[in-house]
Amino acid sequence: MTALPASTQKKLGLVIDLDTCVGCHACVTACKGWNTQNYGAPLSDRNAYGDAEGTFLNRIHAYQSQPDQGLARTTHFPKSCLHCDDAPCVTVCPTGASYKRAEDGIVLVNEDACMGCGLCAWACPYGAREVDEVAGIMKKCTLCVDRIYNENIPEIDRQPACVRTCPAGARHFGDLADPASDISILVAERGGVDLMPEQGTKPVNKYLPPRPRDTIGAAQMSDDEDILAPFLAPVAEEPAGFLGWLDRSLERL
Amino acid sequence: MHPAPSVILFSTLSGAGFGLFVFLGLMPVPPVGWAAFVFFAVAYALSVAGLLSATFHLKNKKNAWKSYREWRTSWLSREAWAAVFALLTMAVYAIALIFFGVHLAPVGWLGAILSLATVFTTAMIYTQLRAVPRWNQTATPLMFLTFSLAGGAMLSGFVTVAAAFLLAAGGVLLWHWWKGDRRFAEAGTTIQSATRLHDRVTLFEKPHTGDNYLTREMVFRVARKHAVKLRVIAFVLAVVFPLILLLLPMSHALAAVAILSHLAGVLTTRWLFFAEAEHVVGLYYGAHLGKQARAA
Repeated sequence: MTALPASTQKKLGLVIDLDTCVGCHACVTACKGWNTQNYGAPLSDRNAYGDAEGTFLNRIHAYQSQPDQGLARTTHFPKSCLHCDDAPCVTVCPTGASYKRAEDGIVLVNEDACMGCGLCAWACPYGAREVDEVAGIMKKCTLCVDRIYNENIPEIDRQPACVRTCPAGARHFGDLADPASDISILVAERGGVDLMPEQGTKPVNKYLPPRPRDTIGAAQMSDDEDILAPFLAPVAEEPAGFLGWLDRSLERL
Repeated sequence: MHPAPSVILFSTLSGAGFGLFVFLGLMPVPPVGWAAFVFFAVAYALSVAGLLSATFHLKNKKNAWKSYREWRTSWLSREAWAAVFALLTMAVYAIALIFFGVHLAPVGWLGAILSLATVFTTAMIYTQLRAVPRWNQTATPLMFLTFSLAGGAMLSGFVTVAAAFLLAAGGVLLWHWWKGDRRFAEAGTTIQSATRLHDRVTLFEKPHTGDNYLTREMVFRVARKHAVKLRVIAFVLAVVFPLILLLLPMSHALAAVAILSHLAGVLTTRWLFFAEAEHVVGLYYGAHLGKQARAA
């Protein structure tokens, strides 16, 4: 069914800390590894030794923000499915392959029903869905649904591969419907935000904005900036001596 | 958006085909026998060829039949239903006219409504997408409907009606372009709202060195000077030239030229419809920054 559930018991999702993310891409690799070796069609790579490209469920962009005054700063920006409450990718699906689970709010694709039309990827404003060009099937973040409930793996591993692997502790997983959960408290304390709120998707995943940086700016450059300039000035504007003679002789030729 | 030839061909041909069905269904005195056969053959050829070419862009065709399941929420599923109902209803109407010379007027009216519904559902597939502001506007379904009716009127030989619908379609097309150029800013999605970062935000590094499905499918950019030229060409071919030909004394050869010119023009407008459409995900890849709303 591609009708969205009226409400979900839980809202499992990620909280991503843009302040601590160092842009190492470990989550990208862990995600690709787990989701290629486990549930569903593998995430293919194409043309690995040429103009390489592949399918990823998680990609990290980097942005520069330049204030009117002071230094620019760089923010690493991981982006995967936000498991929206009002997911436009679900309702557009004609085959029923795309669905949102009423029990935990995870948005999934039933690969046996997907016809690869790509309309759900068009409907997603975040670019969270990619057709795998080899399998011809829509791929997206499953929130590692085959890890988080998996009793065959140690309890510490029962969280999404990206969260488990993040060396900076920039990714957090939990129930955002429960105001007492650790990540709900984190979102409240750090002022977590929705991406593209004007698109009306009501994303579950939240982003923690970078904290304000310290106020030490770039070194002040005024009249003193050329303090070394006298020492760097050319000693002689015109070549003299033997080189000068050679230069003049060559000119005359 | 990437202008996929199969989808552009589909919406142009099937639009004209279903438009022809509308007029065949509503004619007070429709043709019978061989004349009816020719008209219905053209209508079926256009609409079915269009529908078939639309399946070419599916990457997992064996599941295409499942697209009939989710008509409750999905415009694509509704389109599949509307198309089948329209084609079947018109088949009953066509068989009665061709083989029995019987005019089942109510069946024709129903077929005409279903044919219009098919064109409308096609348009709604694009119109519903908030992530593509240029498509997400009232003029989109109106443009698909008026062009379908203009093509149908020309194919069925209603000269005056065709001229009226050509004028209407031309007006709606200009409206769609004018409004479309403003929609991205109106939608209010900017690189700041996409990243929730402040100040002047620019893409510092792409996630990967190569392209991906998203950049190929959704981050298509067309040079502005080409877009303006193509708009002029499309408008002349689709509207102006056929209108002039319709005003001349009618002959079959002239009508054929007018229809071919019209279809070539509509193909160009549909190419632009895709190529000019900006998906908001482009902002994450540093595209469309010139289209976004100015910071307050």
